[in-house]
Amino acid sequence: MAAALFYSLSLICIVSSLIMIFHKNTMYSVLFLLITFFSVAGLYVTLNAQFLAIVHIIVYAGAIMVLFLYVIMFLNMSHIVSFQKSKVIKIAATFTGLMVFLVLTASLSSATYNSNAVAGQDIGLASTLGRVIFNDFLIPFEVSSILFLSAMVGVVIFNKKDVIDE
Amino acid sequence: MNDTLVMAVPLSHYIAVSAILFSIGVIGILMRRNLIVMFLSIELMLNSVNLLAVAFSVYHNDSNAQAFVFFIMVVAAAEIAVGLAMLVMIYRNIRTIDIDALKQLKW
Repeated sequence: MAAALFYSLSLICIVSSLIMIFHKNTMYSVLFLLITFFSVAGLYVTLNAQFLAIVHIIVYAGAIMVLFLYVIMFLNMSHIVSFQKSKVIKIAATFTGLMVFLVLTASLSSATYNSNAVAGQDIGLASTLGRVIFNDFLIPFEVSSILFLSAMVGVVIFNKKDVIDE
Repeated sequence: MNDTLVMAVPLSHYIAVSAILFSIGVIGILMRRNLIVMFLSIELMLNSVNLLAVAFSVYHNDSNAQAFVFFIMVVAAAEIAVGLAMLVMIYRNIRTIDIDALKQLKW
């Protein structure tokens, strides 16, 4: 039963991401990526990483998807837009992606994984992970807040109307 | 239930799912000419790498990788905010988000 949960979640994940890249309507692409995000969060839960699952839902499904949907409504793009010019690009892109997958699987097929997973581990819980972040990664954590501030300033400067129109 | 799950599914299956998601992201970013869908494909590739890092961290009993995944999410959020701002700026200048319209630097 536990393995069936993993396989069904990965199937939902892969199928909805395939629909995401092939759908003509941009709005539906965003909504199918939302399904992918939720199933990836489910995969985190199967790995017993509850803190990352919650943060993933908050950041991706909460913040980033709202941003995307807001931009789509702002650009008035909820109708079908098709920019595809030639079939050659489509075939070449699919071929290249399959080549990437072939290289990844071929290089990983001969690898051996010596797993030392223990039963009942708690490394994914918020208490453990918070201790790790605030002890070992304190300076990167504080620097990331400066990153957010600079991103906010950059967004405001990008979209400021030019006052000098010469 | 979660303890039996880590034992029930081998690590290579998580790696396979991550590889498939990454390849789908590569196909999407090469195939589509729509800037928003290209951003979504970038997000998908970041997610597959995150999933891989979490799987390795759980199977090797090391929590540092999960802290790294947390920082990857932080950087991804900032990147998407700046990227969407650039997209809106591009749309205001050339009135389209077709990536093929942006070839002024080609010649």
